[in-house]
Amino acid sequence: MAEYILETRGITKHFPGVLANDNVEIKIRQGEIHSIIGENGAGKTTLMNIIYGLIRPDRGEIFYKGKKVEISNPSVAISLGIGMVHQHFMLVPPFTVWENIILGKEVIKRGVLDKDSICLELKKLMDSYGLSVPLEEKVEDLSVGILQKVELIKLLYRGAEILILDEPTALLIPQEIEELFEILENLKRQGKTIIFISHKLKEVLRISDRITVMRRGKVVGELEGKEADEETLARLMIGKTLESPQIEAYERGDEVLRLEGISLPPRLKNINLTLYKKEILGLAGIEGNGQKELLEIITGLLKPEKGKIFYKGREVQHLDPRSLREIGIGFIPEDRQTTGLILDFTVAENIILGRHYKEPYSVGGKLNLPVIKETASNIVKAYDIRTSSVDKNVRFLSGGNQQKVILGREFYSEPEVLIASQPTRGLDIGATEMVHNLLLSARKKGMSVLLYSSDLDEIMTLSDRIAVIYNGEIVGIISPKEVDEATLGLYMTGARKD
Amino acid sequence: MISGILSLELLISALRMSVPLTFASLGGVFSERGGVVNIALEGIMLVGAFGAVVGTYFTNNPWIGLLTAMSFGFLIALIHAVVSITFRINQIISGTALNIMATGLTTFLSRLIFKAAGSSPHIEGMVQWRFPGTNWQISPLIVIMFAVIIISQIVIFKTRYGLRLRACGENPYAADSLGVDVIKMRYSGVLISGVLGGLGGAFLSLEHARVFVEGMTTGRGFIALAGMIFGRWTPLGSFSACFLFGLAEAFRMRLEGFGIPTQFIQMIPYIVTMCVLVGVVGRAVAPAYDGIPFEK
Repeated sequence: MAEYILETRGITKHFPGVLANDNVEIKIRQGEIHSIIGENGAGKTTLMNIIYGLIRPDRGEIFYKGKKVEISNPSVAISLGIGMVHQHFMLVPPFTVWENIILGKEVIKRGVLDKDSICLELKKLMDSYGLSVPLEEKVEDLSVGILQKVELIKLLYRGAEILILDEPTALLIPQEIEELFEILENLKRQGKTIIFISHKLKEVLRISDRITVMRRGKVVGELEGKEADEETLARLMIGKTLESPQIEAYERGDEVLRLEGISLPPRLKNINLTLYKKEILGLAGIEGNGQKELLEIITGLLKPEKGKIFYKGREVQHLDPRSLREIGIGFIPEDRQTTGLILDFTVAENIILGRHYKEPYSVGGKLNLPVIKETASNIVKAYDIRTSSVDKNVRFLSGGNQQKVILGREFYSEPEVLIASQPTRGLDIGATEMVHNLLLSARKKGMSVLLYSSDLDEIMTLSDRIAVIYNGEIVGIISPKEVDEATLGLYMTGARKD
Repeated sequence: MISGILSLELLISALRMSVPLTFASLGGVFSERGGVVNIALEGIMLVGAFGAVVGTYFTNNPWIGLLTAMSFGFLIALIHAVVSITFRINQIISGTALNIMATGLTTFLSRLIFKAAGSSPHIEGMVQWRFPGTNWQISPLIVIMFAVIIISQIVIFKTRYGLRLRACGENPYAADSLGVDVIKMRYSGVLISGVLGGLGGAFLSLEHARVFVEGMTTGRGFIALAGMIFGRWTPLGSFSACFLFGLAEAFRMRLEGFGIPTQFIQMIPYIVTMCVLVGVVGRAVAPAYDGIPFEK
């Protein structure tokens, strides 16, 4: 028996303009939980896609149980015993759980699917691994935590020996993460090997036997889980030490924005919420509990059925988005590529969007291009947006730089209230740090920020107060200093309510 | 007047009217469950109607005509599959182009073969089947239709093929990640729709008219698609919807001769279709990847 169950040698993969994997060597031992960490774009997912047969490398070899293998497509990987849970679940929403699990490896009796024996087999499988999911229910009706388990059972049903999990905790609440870790440890006890892809250091340290760190397509370190600590890993990952943000003490200012009895059945029920000057109010909740609708109501994209919104004492719930921007409410939308930007417009055009009809950008109905470009150049400089020119389409900017275009646009008009929805989603550590610093300095200058994020760390670090939304209701307003993430998770799942 | 309209005869007439729609509609179910919108069904029905007459004309055997209809439908569907699955061209554009092509091609070939503009010579219809021990007769195609409805319902919802086909229409990337050949599955759905659409067209020319008339489908392919949507992409539902449309058409035929201008009466099936679409379709949910090309 070879020492390693899976080994890569010299894996190299070019994408146009990027060296995604540069001579990558990883060694995975049988029966361990091995984390592969790195920033976005470090090449983790590319490497996993190569091992799973979704991408062919330019060069390099893969050894499985000591033998060289050619993994030309996922079917080969599956038949070898390599399974992968993708970051975005690969499930068919209107299908039941059992249909999703057996798809591609069905059991047939007299020409039709043999549901009884399939379900029997799946129940045995679930019992043996201590996993349980409702087989008869439709996938579209289930929570992310359960779907994660469905994905795992899918792999086990196919006899996977190595389970690759790509950022499996991204959408989970703390309790679900803990449950997932227990499942993974149980799988390990039963001899399975687990490759865990993540950029969350705390989780990696909690679960890993060994850790491989990648940066810019290269392996930059391999550590034993017991010997690693957060600082070392962060330094390896980003190549420098990370400073924790400086946060000034919280002092409650005057009321700026007040929501009174906002309702939009069935999504929102009687929301009361106040935002004060000079504060960051975090909004925590599992996706789909009404936060999207709430933010759209505040920014004028949706109209509430009942309720009022006061901005500095004035009723504003009937105003349209343009009027709201004009009186000082800025918006960073959740999806920068569809709502935040027009990808095929240039950087300059995107930067003046929302002010394009006003002087000096527009004079007598005609765009004043010199002024527009000058403004854009100033913003590009001030926010360190990496682009070769303000005439470049934003489509060709990286995610972090696209987000900076939006931030620059919103901050430039100096709003008093900023509604920020998932401002760091998908950004790497460096860009995330920059966004955090911008939000904190805006708060220092007196701005009020309503921050929605699915990253609980972010909410806990930045917020002065946290409002938790569950099933369309605000179930609690808590101080991040007084509660831990687990308690926050209880609120988010409706297990606790004030 | 009312009793003259509502009768067993009317229901039988409605059933006959619904046959071509049902076949095409079932075809639509296979194609769209796999993720390919097939508005070329209109053209497929037309070449089916034409093929049935050509095959029968040359062999004097309507069964050969039926086979010809199915193969013509298959060929048009094959073009649609190559264009929209392999080359990932917009499926609506491909379908529209094929509909136009089918009209031109059948007209041209019809004049070439039959040396007459407008329509073909009359042909022998199918020999009707007799219910044992009675005088009741039924078209073999109606029997085949009921068989196809039941088989389709089972195939789509109970078999491995159906599970994989539906997966390709709902989330082809999930299917692909589990080793299902999405391209092959989608081809199969579209080709089955070609064969079934061809059968629907064959009923029009072989049973209804016993002659091929240029452009004789008059939008039935589209009504069949409406029936498929109304029937929520299920074979049984599609049949029920098509029967309703068949009823509207039967009504239309009855009402002619009651002094209402025929132009208005002829609108009835289309108006029913629109009402159904407006009233019901908003709530019917199509397969999530219906109409979206699959690209790795």
